[in-house]
Amino acid sequence: MKNLKKATKVDFATYLGVTVSFVIMYILQTGGHLSSSIAGQLVPICCFIVMAVSLNLVVGISGELSLGHAGFMSVGAFGGIIAAQSLAGAVPFAPLRLTIAIVVGALCAVIIGFVVGVPVLRLRGDYLAIVTLAFGQIIKDLINCLLVGYDSHGLHIMFNISGLKSINDLHLEETGKAIIKGAQGAVGITKISSFPAGFILVMLALVIVLNLIRSRSGRAIMAIRDNRIAAESVGLNITKYKLMAFVLSAAMAGAAGALYGLNYGSLVASRFDFNTSILVLVYVVLGGLGNIWGSIIATVVLYMLPEALRQFSNYRMLVYAIVLILVMLATNNDQLKALLRRIIPTRKEADAQ
Amino acid sequence: MTEKKPVFEKARMVPYPSQAIIPERDLNKTPILECSHLGIDFGGLRAVDDFNLTIGRTEIAGLIGPNGAGKTTVFNLLTKVYQPTRGTILLDGMDTAGKTTAQINHMGIARTFQNIRLFSNMTVMENILVGLHSEMSYNALTSVLRLPAFFRSERIARQRAMELLSIFGMEDTAEAVAGSLPYGAQRRLEILRALATNPSLLLLDEPAAGMNPSETAELMENIVKIRDTFNIAVMLIEHDMNLVMGICEGICVLNFGQVIAKGTAEEIQSNPTVIEAYLGKQQ
Ligand SMILES: Nc1ncnc2c1ncn2[C@@H]1O[C@H](COP(=O)(O)OP(=O)(O)O)[C@@H](O)[C@H]1O
Ligand SMILES: [Mg+2]
Repeated sequence: MKNLKKATKVDFATYLGVTVSFVIMYILQTGGHLSSSIAGQLVPICCFIVMAVSLNLVVGISGELSLGHAGFMSVGAFGGIIAAQSLAGAVPFAPLRLTIAIVVGALCAVIIGFVVGVPVLRLRGDYLAIVTLAFGQIIKDLINCLLVGYDSHGLHIMFNISGLKSINDLHLEETGKAIIKGAQGAVGITKISSFPAGFILVMLALVIVLNLIRSRSGRAIMAIRDNRIAAESVGLNITKYKLMAFVLSAAMAGAAGALYGLNYGSLVASRFDFNTSILVLVYVVLGGLGNIWGSIIATVVLYMLPEALRQFSNYRMLVYAIVLILVMLATNNDQLKALLRRIIPTRKEADAQ
Repeated sequence: MTEKKPVFEKARMVPYPSQAIIPERDLNKTPILECSHLGIDFGGLRAVDDFNLTIGRTEIAGLIGPNGAGKTTVFNLLTKVYQPTRGTILLDGMDTAGKTTAQINHMGIARTFQNIRLFSNMTVMENILVGLHSEMSYNALTSVLRLPAFFRSERIARQRAMELLSIFGMEDTAEAVAGSLPYGAQRRLEILRALATNPSLLLLDEPAAGMNPSETAELMENIVKIRDTFNIAVMLIEHDMNLVMGICEGICVLNFGQVIAKGTAEEIQSNPTVIEAYLGKQQ
């Protein structure tokens, strides 16, 4: 019971920290006190927090290495853009259209998550890393072949596998508009993402992941990570729980992708390449595997840092590396944690013993 | 310290259909386990061959033999960690062919491991709660939405876990991380986690390994207590002959993958083949 309370306290602090940060930033933003470069990063940061929290579910909680998380973000982004752009007339109220787009993005990612996860997660052994790596690459190439437009007859979708077709081959009406133009990516997007929407998505992701972890299903997922054979011996269905973590994580990445995509006027698929997947993985590892608030802190610090370090010009990468190490020590290192605990004694630690 | 050695009451072992023996009190019930001609090869090695064994509903059975005899392999066959090359396993009269390890657990076998396999990053309580997984019925959506069913089920499960911990007097370690427990406590926790799955046959692989004599004596009492409380069968692999001869009703001796003797403690202790192959070697 004590542990439950302690966990609940940590979760509560996480929710509170996120909410307070949001309120402060929102007040600054609406008051026009933020530089345009920082204001422009608020939505992407929310998206990447959701990405890191969801990847932590797979890598930290479920113990599987995924190298293609950006692929799900991509699926969600383009799925969400198609939904939002084609519903522009039918659903004029932007927040509702954004919500629909996010749901569509998440659903697209869920479908792809099953397609990738079902064959791989039934196998024993670390095949997920290599398959997700390939998936991230393939999805990018597939979207580069995609031609999508919308007119009064509805959606027109074409796969330009030969590379010879262009958006004109969709034969859109005069009033129709192109949504995705192959390698040029999505164009003419109406920007409907907002910082409050980002905050809500972050909170939703946190509620889902934290509540799942502290439940029967979450314990099963962690038990499988800790000892697969023992988990089977107590009757757990390994594939079911590995798939649950993986697909849920994909869904959240898809939702984050939709929010991200609708924050820009245009978007190319190469925005979600291998580097992006690795970047999110870095946030997760540095924030601490299985440590959800750690993922949030690492994402915020490391996402803002390159921007904040502009003034150091030549020393930028050096300072970046030092901060990376400090973040890692602060969130991951037991000795440093013990040291911090001695410097800042907390009641929480005292009654945990 | 001159403790009086406790004497455990054992059933009279009686013949069951043909070659097997089971406790007299279990005679009218379907045996919990019936293996016939069970075997497995690893490459050229016949790790277990022609293994036949019947265990009564509430029997405490022993499986002994020198190191490498194939005892753990038998447990792995029974729980389908390995698929048998030959033979059949009936659990409570039902064939277990084609079942997975998880399904075998649902059918009623729970086990511990020779090399302890706890969920070592999780707490003692969480380890038992994982064991209680199938007893709880709320789904992932209920837990995310924190519906009343979640709290109800969690409360009941935690109470049940505390009851289980009280068997070994481990209530105050509930919030300790499992991997940080002393060795003996880890072995006891593994037994409780197995018991949490509500088995009808409990397999213990060297439960007394690494325990001191007083811990072992306590373990013997507790194994009998568990059998009596839960009314289940227990099959154990153990090198501690005091424990085996003290509480096991039927004993099976394995050597080089073959059964070389079966019988009661008295019969096994006076069996010349056993003395030569097993006990003889040790002296
Ligand atoms: N997975 C395996 N692959 C190959 N050989 C194995 C495997 N498991 C066990 N063996 C072999 O089977 C024999 C019996 O092992 P085991 O059942 O662990 O013996 P013990 O009676 O000491 O528990 C040993 O010779 C062991 O090397
Ligand atoms: Mg063994």
